Amino acid sequence: MTARIVAFAAVVALGIAAPFLGLYPVLLMKLLCFALFACAFNLLIGFVGLLSFGHAMFFGSAAYAAGYGMKVWGLTPELGLLFGTAVAAALGLVVGLLAIRRQGIYFAMITMALAQMVYFVALQAPFTGGEDGLQGVPRGALLGVLPLQSDLTLYYLILGIVVAAWLLIARIVHSPFGQILKAIRENEPRTISLGYDTDRFKLLAFVLSAALAGLAGALKALVLGFATLSDVYWGTSGSVILMSLVGGIGTLSGPVVGAFVITGLENVLADRVGSWVTVVLGVIFVLSVLLFRQGLVGTLRHFLPGASRRRTGAPA
Amino acid sequence: MEIFGRPLPALASQIVLGLVNGSFYAMLSLGLAIIFGTLNIVNFAHGAFYMVGAFGAFFALSDLGLNYWVALVAVPLAVGAIGVVVERGLLKQLRGLDPLYGLLLTFGLSLVLEGILRDFYGSSGRSYPRPPALNGAWNLGFMALPVSRAWVIGVSLAVCLATWFVIERTRLGAYLRAATENPSLTQAFGVNVPLLVTLTFGFGVALAALAGVLAASAVQITPLMGSNIIIVVFAVVVIGGMGSILGAIVTGLGLGIVEGLTRVYYPEASATVVFVIMAIVLLVRPAGLFGKA
Repeated sequence: MTARIVAFAAVVALGIAAPFLGLYPVLLMKLLCFALFACAFNLLIGFVGLLSFGHAMFFGSAAYAAGYGMKVWGLTPELGLLFGTAVAAALGLVVGLLAIRRQGIYFAMITMALAQMVYFVALQAPFTGGEDGLQGVPRGALLGVLPLQSDLTLYYLILGIVVAAWLLIARIVHSPFGQILKAIRENEPRTISLGYDTDRFKLLAFVLSAALAGLAGALKALVLGFATLSDVYWGTSGSVILMSLVGGIGTLSGPVVGAFVITGLENVLADRVGSWVTVVLGVIFVLSVLLFRQGLVGTLRHFLPGASRRRTGAPA
Repeated sequence: MEIFGRPLPALASQIVLGLVNGSFYAMLSLGLAIIFGTLNIVNFAHGAFYMVGAFGAFFALSDLGLNYWVALVAVPLAVGAIGVVVERGLLKQLRGLDPLYGLLLTFGLSLVLEGILRDFYGSSGRSYPRPPALNGAWNLGFMALPVSRAWVIGVSLAVCLATWFVIERTRLGAYLRAATENPSLTQAFGVNVPLLVTLTFGFGVALAALAGVLAASAVQITPLMGSNIIIVVFAVVVIGGMGSILGAIVTGLGLGIVEGLTRVYYPEASATVVFVIMAIVLLVRPAGLFGKA
């Protein structure tokens, strides 16, 4: 336990020092947003065993909602973020109610289809800017007093929010509620026979995951100042799956590692290989599924002392 | 004559166009259902194979000088062979694992195929010249039916019904159904189940490629056409349920018609209507129209 706290403190310290190590703050903020997005996605696949193939709809709709609120209604950043998160949670409630009526592979197909529907709505709706997206979202001033124009100020705000959200996820996973989720992942019929209304637990987990994915999307809109169709596109749903898979599904730190690796890789490759980025990501996808299903963190755990105690998660 | 304020010829031509799209849905969901039944894998790359089929027809014509009629046979065979290699080389490793891994692997595979074709042909894609024999239209009295559209619908119906016949009414189909039900027992009776599984996957992929060749002369060929259609086909499969072959065919064609009608009466919703129907079906009959609970 103490080792974990030391590791956590070291990572947070690294996060605080990162802008002074020559790393570009906007890139760091983007990495943090995707890390939170991947953690939110992993809450479902890793701890309830539900594969959502449409998480971009929460990420993207929150990005649009927060961006629209801050740009058109002049909301302050904290209200914009809250509004985006609330929109994603409401969408998560509707989608969750539909999707948990089917299980396993159908759940994945339903979430993907509904996400595509959200994509078409975003393409046609008057308030999203269509193909151009929603541009020029102002950063504003936090609570109306602290201006966020400086990248460094915004970076520390984002870092604080993402760390807090990560701690919330860790708390959820280790709570009695989280234990019931894991029981559903391992054996749903048995959990039902123990008297749990598993549909309600799955729905609550789905809404939580959608809201956190929405928070990530809203943060992204605040950082980069725009929300575009690619935020709601199925490709984004695919990348967040890849991030969790590469990092380690069912681990708390895996999605963070995976998000950094994949987003970093996309950044590095985009300049060098152009359209082959998709091919490289596809190959990583195939290889991860074939050879590397536990991900970086999951594999690392095998070589650490006490590995036998902890279970390495796999989708159920 | 008008029906609900729309002239009959316009309505009829949108229904025919809907049937063309529905033919592709039917062929793709049929292949998905057969593959899911035998391999327990939802093949996301099915859309990519459809796209490869369309580009294959284009490549055959422009680089190899093979005309449409040759491509109609050769391209599905070639893409089906790729499918056989994919099954033997990759999907076989996933036997016994959760079917979600199969979905993820085939998703990665479709990213690879899409990326490669985008590099060769660009995002805007190509268009395939319609073979002269398919030009013109038949006058049905109330509408002019373009020969090319009737051709697509006719071929896909014939292929779908032939597939149904082979699976439900022949000895080979009986082996296949037995292998779906209980692979180890079927193997014990002397049926080469792994070979059957591989060939089934190859056949499903060839079916997708055939749909792609048919689509080549009907729509613009782009690298993204596969992923865009496969997501709609997933909704079709959720609506129809993967248990029944005739169910897949009927649902595919039916949703194509619904899409066509939506394009006439409320064009803004034509891209989303299938997803809305999926949501309604999930509320009313969660197992799907032809599914068993």
